[in-house]
Amino acid sequence: MRQLVLPRGYRRDDEGTHPPLDFADYASTALRSPAKPLILLPQRLTEITGPVFGSERVQPGGDDLTSYGGGEAVGQRIIVHGRLLDSDARAVPHALIEVWQANAGGRYRHVNDQWPASLDPHFAGYGRAVTDADGAYRFTTVKPGAYPWKNHPNAWRPAHIHFSVFGRAFTQRLVTQMYFPDDPLFFQDPVFNSVPDARARARMISTYDHSVTTDHWALAFRFDIVLRGREQTPFESEPDDD
Amino acid sequence: MTELGCTPSQTVGPYLALVLPWADGCDVVPEATVGAITIIGRVLDGSGDPIPDGLVETWQADPDGRFDHSDDPRGAQSYPGFRGFGRCPTDEAGNFMIRTLKPGTLPAGGGETEAPHLDVSVFARGLLNRVVTRIYFPDEAEANAADPVLRELSTRDARALIAVPQGDGRLRFDIHLQGPHETPFFHV
Repeated sequence: MRQLVLPRGYRRDDEGTHPPLDFADYASTALRSPAKPLILLPQRLTEITGPVFGSERVQPGGDDLTSYGGGEAVGQRIIVHGRLLDSDARAVPHALIEVWQANAGGRYRHVNDQWPASLDPHFAGYGRAVTDADGAYRFTTVKPGAYPWKNHPNAWRPAHIHFSVFGRAFTQRLVTQMYFPDDPLFFQDPVFNSVPDARARARMISTYDHSVTTDHWALAFRFDIVLRGREQTPFESEPDDD
Repeated sequence: MTELGCTPSQTVGPYLALVLPWADGCDVVPEATVGAITIIGRVLDGSGDPIPDGLVETWQADPDGRFDHSDDPRGAQSYPGFRGFGRCPTDEAGNFMIRTLKPGTLPAGGGETEAPHLDVSVFARGLLNRVVTRIYFPDEAEANAADPVLRELSTRDARALIAVPQGDGRLRFDIHLQGPHETPFFHV
């Protein structure tokens, strides 16, 4: 086989950025987290490349969760927007973002969610969008409600929106949750608190954005998502595409 | 250069089925594709019970060992309809299925080669981050012996990453998140 110089890999994340897999406060990790240490996988072609999806995976209107079944969803209408970046602050353009969330009453449109809050016939509960050339994305939705779960006595998940993101590399793949500022439920939530570094935890909290809030229409929250950036080589100061 | 901190991972939770499964997700190639193989398996927890609310994603080279991606300088155009990416939710019994083409041998840099493989991510409630493993092929003894990843593993772990032939182009690869048969997982 002919020689190939592998492209640069991606920097591994700082210690404390991601939750440990075994986290006792989150009961479901008990039987689902590997007990053996992870094995370091060097980044080669399969890890440095990755699936890149664009508009072919998005339906028209897929970024609006509030008009399912031809009516208006109940709840506080919000715009959730931001940029998909790498850790060198470079935009990640034309990347697929998938979101899902509970409705304003805190209930998911899912057969296993049976707690006594109402389903909303006009709230989809999921959306898809593709970042533009600047890495920007935007969804219109309603603010999700908090909801109870069985993890510990009187356990409530803070309001959150699930985000699934493809960057440009297998190693950049990320699933996370976006939270809202000043949520009083953070203190007792093991999922949020599973992230060891407080500064990293804060990066999951959106900020209220009055500049995008639209008069007589919707409040806006900004949530930038940061994926790992490229490794630098000692012989290369700046890539020429910057 | 500004350096930004990365966004932390969080669990997919119990309701990923609202958006992550795609109608064609399990099909890396269309059903009628000549030479297609099927990888089946179960995702199991530390008690050996099925995980009915998980998602398995795969990423792999084409049969020439190439990627249709800007970071593969060789490019890839020979297999129209081949997506490289598969995504399959687990069913009530923890089963998943990926229909694909067997990848080729890949250049690993430094004159080495990697044996044909798929990179695999598993997402589920109770997993605060995805776990990553690899699927290798049972009919590639020579390439597997030379593979720079398998070579670094114990014999037991290396064997655990090789799918089990089921006949008729079907291969089995069970994923044990924990327990005596725990699958080897990688830090990527």
